[in-house]
Amino acid sequence: MNTSDIIRPENKVYGKTKLLTENRMHYCPGCSHGVVHKLIAEVIEEMGLQEKTVAIAPVGCAVFAYNYIDVDWQEAAHGRAPALASAVKRLLPERNVFTYQGDGDLAAIGTAETIHACNRGENIAIFFINNAIYGMTGGQMAPTTLEGMKTATCPAGRNVELNGYPLKISDMLALLDGTCYVTRQSVEKLAAVVKTKKAIRKAFENSAAKKGTSVVEIVSTCNTGWGLSPHKSNLWMKENMFAKYPLGDLKNV
Amino acid sequence: MAKFRGAVVIDTEYCKGCELCVEACPQEVLGMSPKVNSKGYHYSEMVAEENCIGCMACGYVCPDACISVYKTLNND
Repeated sequence: MNTSDIIRPENKVYGKTKLLTENRMHYCPGCSHGVVHKLIAEVIEEMGLQEKTVAIAPVGCAVFAYNYIDVDWQEAAHGRAPALASAVKRLLPERNVFTYQGDGDLAAIGTAETIHACNRGENIAIFFINNAIYGMTGGQMAPTTLEGMKTATCPAGRNVELNGYPLKISDMLALLDGTCYVTRQSVEKLAAVVKTKKAIRKAFENSAAKKGTSVVEIVSTCNTGWGLSPHKSNLWMKENMFAKYPLGDLKNV
Repeated sequence: MAKFRGAVVIDTEYCKGCELCVEACPQEVLGMSPKVNSKGYHYSEMVAEENCIGCMACGYVCPDACISVYKTLNND
């Protein structure tokens, strides 16, 4: 059996979804953002929500997310994506509204907006990419940076006496009455990607059922910021990130 | 003999050579090409295509959505 016999349209089992545009993503090679963009696009296509979706782009590496997923987008001021999503959802209650945010956006400058949107129980989905570093600005310490982790602004490693502890914001959000689903996933291997895709689908289903706010945290790598290869970043993440940010559902009601 | 045969097509212009697909492949089908694309990245390619079972692990982990997977029953 030759490869040319296998590569036929009727045998195709996986390929790029039509919701991803032809633009080349600006992310570094191996960045988790690409995988999560792809999963969100796949879920929107499978659920037939393309015409109903309004997405809110953050500030951070994913600031150009609107160039890659072919749905309606709004660009938010830094950290204000949940506030803007609340407004969009209240004005257009039948739309599927989600925000896409990194840890610098969601857990630092946007902490107040995130907590209050979740506490109000807005029927939106929040996708939170946690790579424990400020990627876009050059690898500075973020609230989520691990204890002892070296970054551009804590070259000797994060010192909790000086910088405080890593912020487990998803655990905080799970305590709020407004959230219906808070989960922490990753995308470093096939099984993890499949689980994350299910979590994204569930978040959209919760929004449609008006159950409250869904938060999907995706523990990710920033191989450029961490100074490792994409594969070594995955290994480092499994060894260090998963200890502080264990995977699984934090809340599911 | 494997029950399924698979094959992948890589959109080499979109590939950034991160090698995550090479690491994800359980059958060691993929490797990096010595050639580069127009952006200067070495792209991945099938180096042991007879081992592919169409499991889609490479496609799922690809951050740039440049891998298409084909799968069929093994008729050999």
